[in-house]
Amino acid sequence: MGTMVVTTEKVKELQRVLDNQLLAIGVSLAILIDEAGNVIVAAGNENGVDTTSLAALAAANFGATAQIAKLLGEEDFSILYHKGKRDNIHFTKIGMEFILVTIFTDEIPLGLVRLRVNQVAQELLNLLTEND
Amino acid sequence: MALIDLNRREIHCKIVYYGPGRCGKTTNLFYIYNAVSEKYRGKLLTIETRGERTLFFDLLPINLGKIHGLDIRIQLYTVPGQSHYRATRKLVLKGVDGIVFVADSLRKRREKNIESLLDLKNNLKEYNLSLEEIPLVFQYNKRDLVSANIPLLTIEELENDLNRELKVPYFEAAAIKGIGVFETLKEISKRTVKYVARKYVFSQTQAEAQGGII
Repeated sequence: MGTMVVTTEKVKELQRVLDNQLLAIGVSLAILIDEAGNVIVAAGNENGVDTTSLAALAAANFGATAQIAKLLGEEDFSILYHKGKRDNIHFTKIGMEFILVTIFTDEIPLGLVRLRVNQVAQELLNLLTEND
Repeated sequence: MALIDLNRREIHCKIVYYGPGRCGKTTNLFYIYNAVSEKYRGKLLTIETRGERTLFFDLLPINLGKIHGLDIRIQLYTVPGQSHYRATRKLVLKGVDGIVFVADSLRKRREKNIESLLDLKNNLKEYNLSLEEIPLVFQYNKRDLVSANIPLLTIEELENDLNRELKVPYFEAAAIKGIGVFETLKEISKRTVKYVARKYVFSQTQAEAQGGII
């Protein structure tokens, strides 16, 4: 595990993907984090959400669930979803080291979010792993 | 994994406070949280059981000012110390850039300190890291109890048990009173930022060298 460097151009490109693919369908907030719990890029309405804590908890949550998967003989649970009264949160693994966190209200169908997230996963991974 | 964000001009590093149960890892974070002005710290996040024992981790983000025009942002984590939370500790170590090993000075906790350091070594190995490589400092906590007539390990004994081969800096502390807390933090931060910067420069030169060959 080395040091990851993100440039302004990279942040803009990642943000553009999140904007065009996720915020465009009504997702309130999309955050791309690494498995150590760092926020790489966030797009959307943070609205008082403490993204630092959210990223740390999301990474830990994902890590814990991955261990549960192993106990069950599964390799990984690549998707996590929590439903709230107003907001829902969806986590998807992007490659080996990144997690995409998506927050959306009940007005957005889960199926659409899952579809879009699947569509952008490879694009985000390419951007994250390519050399500048 | 440290993150260098050239867009926001920030370096993010992760420092983990490790050590046996009830040695004072969370106490360190609480003291820092209360002593640092709001401008330089984020929210303190704790996941604990009802009995005030850390269940998963505590997190305190702090800002340490600038280096070469980049803001240094450090995330301080603790692990749950109790031995049966090994899997959880391993998760918290993911992407670690620096470690403070908090050892309990109580004589009756001697074995627990040694056990915890071994556990740390094994957990790091699973991430292809070693105690020799990663920035590390020791904090020998609860030194104030010497005046309460409670049997404590001497510094020589602690050094011999834990730091004989590593020979990294150590700090005597009484975290509950804040003694040694910032000295420990200052040293580990310095070492961690240096380590992260060196790794970054190394990977840059390596990439350039490879580019040259191709």
